Amino acid sequence: MPDLERLKRLRNRTAIVGVGASRQGTFPDLDPYTLAIEAFRSALDDCGLVRGDIDGLIVQGPGGVSFVRMGEMLGLNPVAGATFDIGGFATGPLIQYAALLLDSGICRNVALLYGNASRTEGRRFGGETTVTPGREYSSAFYYYGLTSPGAASAFQARLHFETYGTTSRQLAAVPVAQRRHAALNPQAIKKDSPLTVEKHQRSRFICEPLRLYDYCLINDGGVALIMTTAERAKDRRKRPVYLMGLGRHDTYRHSSLPNYLLWRETMPMAAEMAFGMAGIGRDDVDALMIYDSFSINIWFALENFGFCKPGEAGAFTQDGRIELGGEIPVNTHGGHLAESYMQGWLHQVEAVRQLRGECGARQVRGAEIVQYICRGNVASTLIYRN
Amino acid sequence: MSAYRKPLPAVDDLNRPFWEGVRRRELRLLRCEGCGGYRFRSFRLCPKCGGDKATWVETSGKGTIWSYGIFHKAYFEGFKDEVPYNVVLVELAEGPRLYTNLVGARNDQIRIGMPVEAVFEDVTPEVTLVKFKPAG
Repeated sequence: MPDLERLKRLRNRTAIVGVGASRQGTFPDLDPYTLAIEAFRSALDDCGLVRGDIDGLIVQGPGGVSFVRMGEMLGLNPVAGATFDIGGFATGPLIQYAALLLDSGICRNVALLYGNASRTEGRRFGGETTVTPGREYSSAFYYYGLTSPGAASAFQARLHFETYGTTSRQLAAVPVAQRRHAALNPQAIKKDSPLTVEKHQRSRFICEPLRLYDYCLINDGGVALIMTTAERAKDRRKRPVYLMGLGRHDTYRHSSLPNYLLWRETMPMAAEMAFGMAGIGRDDVDALMIYDSFSINIWFALENFGFCKPGEAGAFTQDGRIELGGEIPVNTHGGHLAESYMQGWLHQVEAVRQLRGECGARQVRGAEIVQYICRGNVASTLIYRN
Repeated sequence: MSAYRKPLPAVDDLNRPFWEGVRRRELRLLRCEGCGGYRFRSFRLCPKCGGDKATWVETSGKGTIWSYGIFHKAYFEGFKDEVPYNVVLVELAEGPRLYTNLVGARNDQIRIGMPVEAVFEDVTPEVTLVKFKPAG
């Protein structure tokens, strides 16, 4: 059990002051380092710091992007650097780690750099390339044709459908909403590709019951965030976005089998921790950024964080409730399903831009609190305020 | 008989008793000598009690379907001719869960909670896979 009283001391003690994104798409000539550095330059410019101000370097990317190599390329010799290669659910934990580096006094300005060239590298999230020869534990059951993170979500979607009577047609509301949001985001890869429920229902299954449009994009790009302490944040170029609450909960039981009961073993605990630390309730949240490798993740986040009751996400996500202007707008940038697959990092950029009021046509009016949620056996959440 | 083109399991010192078992039409699990709990994985320690003594024992081969997916995309070359094919997650009567294929039923007949039982399929001269069929 987290020591909530102690954790509360961290409330609003650190802030994101700079955000940056590289071009997002397919770039055969660029590697993850180059993409991350493009984003880093943009983030420095965003907050008015220079390279030499950075004394903490946190690096992530699929396939392993080295903080040592990144630091060498950037000419950085920080107090502390690290690469955490723990997959897509790393984003929340890494921002939490950065907050601890800052609040403890180990670092003054931490840069978090993310580079992803999955499209160009032809990365397959399933099949022969994901099987480690001779390692039964790392990739068991592939001999039955089981593979891919999407299959894990498909098994959970099936469980949700059969347990609660929800349907693929109801799930379509998630990608449809996010395409609508993407249409208002100049950075979104699918900004000119609207989606309807009918088109979703006609699209092919990948791992049934999930269809093509329930799966995220795979593309290249880079993202950078710069964080500092609350005191220093006031001197930066733009309005700071404070880390008000954070939550995390892991379970490793059945880690090699995607058979959690819809993430009920991790997400509610992470939620309780973050709301407790921030001292707010769900009704105070103006928008949600939800890690959406697959559309069904949105349902798990809404149910397990108490935005609706267990089993009710199918009905809850209808009628524009998760769209701009609705009860709780979700992934106003378009998310992984429609903007870009930057494994949660562009979700942070969008949270910051919403809280600065920089989002133009997709601005959530009067946004004061935005929450990030990631499902998984490593579940995490961040609550931001302006 | 045409060559078997699907991926094959990696047999090692820890899981070898399982694979020797299926060759003999036995579905074996590890049973902890400390707490009596069963585990499918060839983990060295019991995840429940931490005990380090366990025995491979034959089980009932019966269970129910916990969830399932139908693969329409052929990620593996060897499965290309079989799409759409099913993968089911079976919860065994002894507790552990394992992934497998359901045979003897159409994909649209599969349901969560369906009672199933183990069948054994020799896929190569050396390797047998345990699959499941509707319990009859």
